[in-house]
Amino acid sequence: MREFERLENITKEARYLIIKTLIDSGMGHPGGSLSSVEILTALFFKIMNINPEDPGLNDRDRFIMSKGHGCLGLSTILNLRGFLSDKELASFRKNGGSLSAHVDMKKMPGVDMSTGSLGHGLSVGVGRALSAKINKQNHKVYVLMGDGETQEGSIWEAAMSAAHYNLDNLVGIVDRNKVQQCGNTEEIMSLEPYFDKWTAFNWDVKEIDGHDINQVVSALSQDNQESKPKLILCNTVKGKGVSFMEGDNKWHGGGAIKEFAKEAMQEVKLESK
Amino acid sequence: MGNIRKSYGSNITTLGSTNDKIVLLEGDLADSTMSDLFEAKFPDRHFQIGIAEQNMVGIAAGLALEGKIPFVNSFAAFIAMRACEQVRTDIAYPNLNVKLVVSHAGLSAGSAGPSHHSIEDIGIMRSIPNMTVLCPGDEEEMKQVLEASIAIDGPVYIRMSAMDCPNIYTSKNKFNIGKATILREGSDITLVSTGTMMNEAMQVSDLLDKQHGISSEVLQMASIKPFDIDSISHSIRRTGKIVTIEEHNIIGGLGSAVSEVVAEIGTGKIIRIGINDHFTDTVGTPEFLLEHEFLTTNAILKKVLKFLET
Ligand SMILES: Cc1ncc(C[n+]2csc(CCOP(=O)(O)OP(=O)(O)O)c2C)c(N)n1
Repeated sequence: MREFERLENITKEARYLIIKTLIDSGMGHPGGSLSSVEILTALFFKIMNINPEDPGLNDRDRFIMSKGHGCLGLSTILNLRGFLSDKELASFRKNGGSLSAHVDMKKMPGVDMSTGSLGHGLSVGVGRALSAKINKQNHKVYVLMGDGETQEGSIWEAAMSAAHYNLDNLVGIVDRNKVQQCGNTEEIMSLEPYFDKWTAFNWDVKEIDGHDINQVVSALSQDNQESKPKLILCNTVKGKGVSFMEGDNKWHGGGAIKEFAKEAMQEVKLESK
Repeated sequence: MGNIRKSYGSNITTLGSTNDKIVLLEGDLADSTMSDLFEAKFPDRHFQIGIAEQNMVGIAAGLALEGKIPFVNSFAAFIAMRACEQVRTDIAYPNLNVKLVVSHAGLSAGSAGPSHHSIEDIGIMRSIPNMTVLCPGDEEEMKQVLEASIAIDGPVYIRMSAMDCPNIYTSKNKFNIGKATILREGSDITLVSTGTMMNEAMQVSDLLDKQHGISSEVLQMASIKPFDIDSISHSIRRTGKIVTIEEHNIIGGLGSAVSEVVAEIGTGKIIRIGINDHFTDTVGTPEFLLEHEFLTTNAILKKVLKFLET
């Protein structure tokens, strides 16, 4: 129970920091950042073998943020976990700063690929996982994707190759918030039957509530089925935690935040602050 | 201030009412490319393809084969690079009547970072046979570029900045595919611009005149391909010095196109001003990045004055 509270508190801090950083920079992607909070918290604070003091550790678990526009959310988690300083986080999207709207692994220790163009990350994860097999290393490779992102054909090429090479050291996670930039996924380009698609590609698929930290931790803790890549389909809500952002594609990008700063802050503020 | 994407949104919608062969394809970015106006007016001729640019370009090829005039909208990086082979082999090789209208060219995606910048696309598109490559510099030029692109039967790549830009082109200026627009005649040096660098070229020209008494000729080359070799060679034969100004890598773009002309006619000196073959190593607004890359009026003026001393 205490462990649950510890992780829950981190998710609250992350949501607060996401909104604070967004207000400060005036730009960012709040929707997909807020929907990934539990997933990133579980990975960075519970599941992955990583060390902020030694981010290049050879046997560390690898993490690829294939939905690179989730950089705002990922940056706050990296900050809370000690990979990024407060100063670096405060420079998000600012002139002369180090963090842009999309993930740059050279500026973000703790991340294993630069991303931003959608649909690339899973292939890179397959390459990293293949290398671990050659080297007989035991670490895992985690790749977080957006659901809209998986409209890219390259995702399915990667999925095919991961199953072909029996990559049971690869874990794909889909932030299934059902909303992309211009609307709902099922209206833009339908993905359903989604669970069945991944299953048909020969992945071991688990479907969970992506905002229930216990479910996320438990799904991530279980080993892959032998010789299969694992896909964790996380049902989430875009903009989770800020009521007027929830499920609304207008909050995919955060351009309107100036106008709604007070209301947003009200919803994520921490008792301690 | 104007915005080229806004000009696109309203003008493609106008053209859509007189030409029912026009269909529009879009990849979950209509609010960014500003093509949503067309969608509202002609829902039956608008197709949302989702985040799948390669598929989108292939679908456009199929539509064109059946006699439609597809307009494909996305960011420059995702069409010129993500879907490059579909563009080259499915559109350009069969010489299909598809218009690729892309936004966020150059550094205009700003703090979205290098994944969203597009400093290579002119070079890529220019080297594809059959492809017409157009880089308008403001709202009026965009309007004329768009009309000209529909008047030809074949593939066209239209490159739009996302930034607001001053309006320089007027209805008195006439854009023609394959022709330079001579914005100002002069005798000491030639400034050649493409896209929104038209504004910087004009400002540099003003300052050269007012502060230094130097007469400069300004050519806006929205038509990168076909390229107006005659206007370039005519101008350089008179001024002897030519400067290219573009929001693109100095490799492959306008600078390369003009260098090829200079080399072939064997006369004149050239300097290329653009991005010096690197991904931006800092973060910021488009304006900030342009300053960082020395692509502002003052930084360009300095380079031009230095060049004039040689
Ligand atoms: C190849 C490519 N096409 C288009 C975009 C523009 N874009 C950025 S985010 C986004 C929507 C992503 O939706 P989804 O993957 O569902 O992310 P989430 O809802 O989790 O934010 C789009 C279209 C891009 N970054 N890359």
